[in-house]
Amino acid sequence: MTGVRVLVGTKKGAFILTSDGKREKWDVNGPHFAGWEMYHLKGSPADPNRLYASQTSGWFGQLIQRSNDGGQTWEPVGNQFTYDGVPGTHQWYDGSLKPWEFKRVWHLEPSLNDPDDVYAGVEDAALFRSKDGGQTWQELAGLREHGSGPSWQPGAGGMCLHTIILDPSNRERIFIAISAAGAFRSDDAGQTWRPINRGLKSEGIPDPNAEVGHCVHHVAMHPSRPGVLFMQKHWDVMRSDDAGDSWHEISGNLPTDFGFVIDIHAHEPETVYVVPIKSDSEHFVHDGKLRVYRSRTGGNEWEALTKGLPQRDCYLNVLRDAMAIDTLDSCGVYFGTSGGQVYASNNAGDSWSPIVRDLPPVLSVEVQTLP
Amino acid sequence: MIRVVLPTHLRTLARVGREVQIEVEGRVTQASILDALEASYPMLRGTMRDHTTHQRRPFVRFFAGQQDLSHDPPDTPLPEVVATGSEPFLVVGAMAGG
Repeated sequence: MTGVRVLVGTKKGAFILTSDGKREKWDVNGPHFAGWEMYHLKGSPADPNRLYASQTSGWFGQLIQRSNDGGQTWEPVGNQFTYDGVPGTHQWYDGSLKPWEFKRVWHLEPSLNDPDDVYAGVEDAALFRSKDGGQTWQELAGLREHGSGPSWQPGAGGMCLHTIILDPSNRERIFIAISAAGAFRSDDAGQTWRPINRGLKSEGIPDPNAEVGHCVHHVAMHPSRPGVLFMQKHWDVMRSDDAGDSWHEISGNLPTDFGFVIDIHAHEPETVYVVPIKSDSEHFVHDGKLRVYRSRTGGNEWEALTKGLPQRDCYLNVLRDAMAIDTLDSCGVYFGTSGGQVYASNNAGDSWSPIVRDLPPVLSVEVQTLP
Repeated sequence: MIRVVLPTHLRTLARVGREVQIEVEGRVTQASILDALEASYPMLRGTMRDHTTHQRRPFVRFFAGQQDLSHDPPDTPLPEVVATGSEPFLVVGAMAGG
C-alpha cells in the first residue's frame, strides 16, 4: 500500500515516522543512534530501502551510517573525509586565515540513478562523493579550489556546504550552496564550478553585490523545471529562471524575509513554501505564531497557513533542512522545529497536525513516498 | 591479553560490552592498543584519533593505572598493570558540556 516514511534527524538521535497514504495515523520508530547529533538522513531515489545518515558528535567525530532495509538496521560505513591535496586557507571570524579542517557532514544527497552513488556536503565547505555506497569518499576539489575559496568565511553555524541539488534532466549539472559563500553550479559533473549569485544583495557584507560571500540558507528546485530555482537567503527570498545565472527577489508580502527552509509543491512548480523567522538576532517565528507561508504564484504573493499550528506564545525555529514534500496526489508537507515537533499536512499545507511533539530539537526532515 | 574499557557511545557503535580484550603484538603503548582495537573493530576508526595524523580527538582521554596518559607520546610504554592485563586501558569521553 502506498505510504510515506519521514526521516527525522535531531540533536540527540534519529527517528523514522511512517504512515499509510492517508497520513493520519503514524508509527514512531527511534531513537536511532541515541545521543548523537543526526544532521541529515536521506533515502536513495533509485532504491528507497537504501538510506544514508550523517551521525556526528563533538566527542567522537563523524560517522556515516547506511541502511539497506529502510532504516530497520544500520551499518557504519566510511568516515574518512580527506581534502584533496593541501587544502589551503579560508577567512576566519577575526580576519585571520584558517586552514580548511573537516568537521562534519551536513547533507547527504544520494544520486538519482545508483543507490551506491552519494554526495556529501561538509563543513569546512567542500563536496565529497562516494561511488561505493559510502565506503570511501573522494573530494570534488574543483569547488573548494575555485578561485574565490580563500575568501569564503563561516556563517554563525559554521562554513558548511548544506545544499546539493542534482539536475534530473542533465547528469552533468549540480547546484550547491555554502554558508557564507553563496550558490555555485557545475556543468561538468562537479569538476569545475562557478558562482551563481548575480542579483543577490546582502547588506551584511562590504560589497552587497559581491560575486561570493552571500549567506544562502537553502535552495529548492522542482524536478520538472530544473532551470527554475527558489532560494531562502539569510534575508530575502529569491528566484532564478535561468539556472542561477541571475536572481530576483520574490519576498513580496512576507512578514519577514529572513528564514531557513524553502520547498516546492510536488505537482505545482509555482507553489512555494517558506517559514518566515523574525530576524537573524531572534531565531524564532514572527509575532509568536508558527506560520508556513505559501505562494501559488511563484513568489511575491504569499498566504499564511495557520490551521493546526500554534498561533500564540510560540518561539520556535525551523532549520534549513527541516522541511520536506511527499509526492502523493494530495501533496504532503512536513517540517520539524527547534522545539522537537514534526508537523505534517496531507493537503498541501491547508491544515497541519503534529506527528510528534516532544523530540529533541530537529535538525533535518526528509520524506520518502513509498510504493 | 589487554583489557580496554570503552565509553558508552563507542560500545554501542562497536556492539560490544563495557570491556573488550585484544591481543597486542610487541610493546604495549597507546598507539599499539589503538591499532589493535581499530583492527578488531574497524567502525571505531576516526572516533578516537584522526585517521591520518593519529592525533587524539580533543574530547577523548586515555587513562590507565589511575593516571591520565592523554598527553603522553603515543609510543610511550604503558604501565605494567595494563601490559599484564591486571588493569584495563580506559578510553574516556571527557566530561564536557553544560
